[in-house]
Amino acid sequence: MIRDITIGQYYPAKSVVHRLDPRVKLVGTLLYLISLFLFKSISGYLVATLFLVGIIKASKVPFRFIVKGLKPVIMLLMITVLFNLFLTREGDVLFHAWIITITEGGLRTAVYMAIRLIYLIIGSSLMTFTTTPNELTDGIEELLRPLNKIHVPVHEIAMIMSIALRFIPILLEETDKIMKAQLARGADFESGNIMQRAKSMIPILVPLFVSAFRRANDLAMAMEARCYRGGDGRTKMKPLRYCSSDYMAYVVVIVYLILVVAVGRFIKIKFWIF
Amino acid sequence: MSIKIEHLNYVYSAGTAYEKHALKDICLEIPHGEFVGIIGHTGSGKSTLIQHLNGLIKGSDGAIYYNGENIYEPGYDMRKLRNQVGLVFQYPEHQLFEVDVMSDVCFGPKNQGLTKEECRQRALEALHLVGLKEKYYEASPFELSGGQKRRVAIAGVLAMHPKVLVLDEPTAGLDPKGRDEILDQIAYLHKKQDLTVILVSHSMEDIARYADRIIVMNRGQVMYNDRPEKVFEHYKELEEVGLAAPQVTYIMHDLKEKGLPVSANVTTVEEAAREIATALEKKA
Repeated sequence: MIRDITIGQYYPAKSVVHRLDPRVKLVGTLLYLISLFLFKSISGYLVATLFLVGIIKASKVPFRFIVKGLKPVIMLLMITVLFNLFLTREGDVLFHAWIITITEGGLRTAVYMAIRLIYLIIGSSLMTFTTTPNELTDGIEELLRPLNKIHVPVHEIAMIMSIALRFIPILLEETDKIMKAQLARGADFESGNIMQRAKSMIPILVPLFVSAFRRANDLAMAMEARCYRGGDGRTKMKPLRYCSSDYMAYVVVIVYLILVVAVGRFIKIKFWIF
Repeated sequence: MSIKIEHLNYVYSAGTAYEKHALKDICLEIPHGEFVGIIGHTGSGKSTLIQHLNGLIKGSDGAIYYNGENIYEPGYDMRKLRNQVGLVFQYPEHQLFEVDVMSDVCFGPKNQGLTKEECRQRALEALHLVGLKEKYYEASPFELSGGQKRRVAIAGVLAMHPKVLVLDEPTAGLDPKGRDEILDQIAYLHKKQDLTVILVSHSMEDIARYADRIIVMNRGQVMYNDRPEKVFEHYKELEEVGLAAPQVTYIMHDLKEKGLPVSANVTTVEEAAREIATALEKKA
């Protein structure tokens, strides 16, 4: 029942995107996320959409799988859209009834915001779909390495991140197991008011915490048994190295960035109020 | 009180890269009062199969009848089914959560809507059945040893008075003494309370000793479904799928090869001992 959460999950496939250096994907994703806020016209969105669709096609991750990842954030999306829709007062009034006023500007911001948020989520989940957690943290560690000079514990941060990421599926599975075990004992998680439902979570949360601590303890012991003592002097079995396709990918991202800004600024397509 | 499974299929994460056909066309019947052993290699689908029995997993295809009623029929009361089919998961001690043993065992009966006094009565009875010492009843479940925790968890299911008891590897990680005690207790309950017991394990020895019938699972399919001695006749095929017959089977086969007139159709050490003794007497 909990397997449906796909956000932050790796999707194994053999594709160009999967093979890219994680640093490229990290930088690329970051630039893409920023790019979404650099334009304010339909033409810009068209370019961003084309780019996104292209990457999805190249990544071989099924579209259905990506959409499933959007489910958990739908509430957040709705709230943002509604706030923008009702609280922005700008331009002509499109609709007015009782205390509800929808203006042109409001509708525009709401739609743009929704698209941006969806693209943000798809863009970043595409990165996690195509990059294993280990690659991801390796990439982050490598990218943040310069900060070592100002005494930022880069290795430790990367290690904490990789452990946290590694534990997400484990704890999800554990939750699933405990939930089933309590269901088998007649527990009821669905009916009742908020208080009762919150209370019905106790039989899941207590064992989950206990097991999380137990696992953390085991892991610490296992790391110590293998002489782990932080990042100093630690070498990598598979150090990250750029190859030609990675440079190509950088070029693609930069071309996209220039294109989206240029098109978004200079080519105006008018469609109703957008 | 019988369970009947017809053409059950189950596919994990259908339509993704993680897709796995975990159960393939399972047809089984488990009559009331039987002690059934399910055995199979890791990933053979045995845990998945038993979670179907109380509706925790819904099959992708096929039907399960409990007492003649299809549990996938719309409107079938799953909670009632779960009251009747008690499922003890692997490492059940990981699901304990209450402040003391007593209230944890009471959790199941309480969900059944029993009064406080009835719950207590049921819990006392169940804890007595699993043989936990009385001094632990008010202790925190987290202070107990592994074996004791396991007993508490099993008691938590027994207190619901199930008609069918399904246990997934109830002895995993226990020492030999704890293992024998728990299995003996289950066998005792089976006789005493007329329980249908379904025991999942990958220890042939354990299953051979208690089960009336063995179901061997392999790659999501039922490979054998027969009386223990019949199943162990296929000990060579069992080895091929990563299982093994009990050690006595091998000894008896070896003895037979060496010319001792014994039957290889024995499944437990005691039977084997008797068989060898009579064979030696005959020889003498």
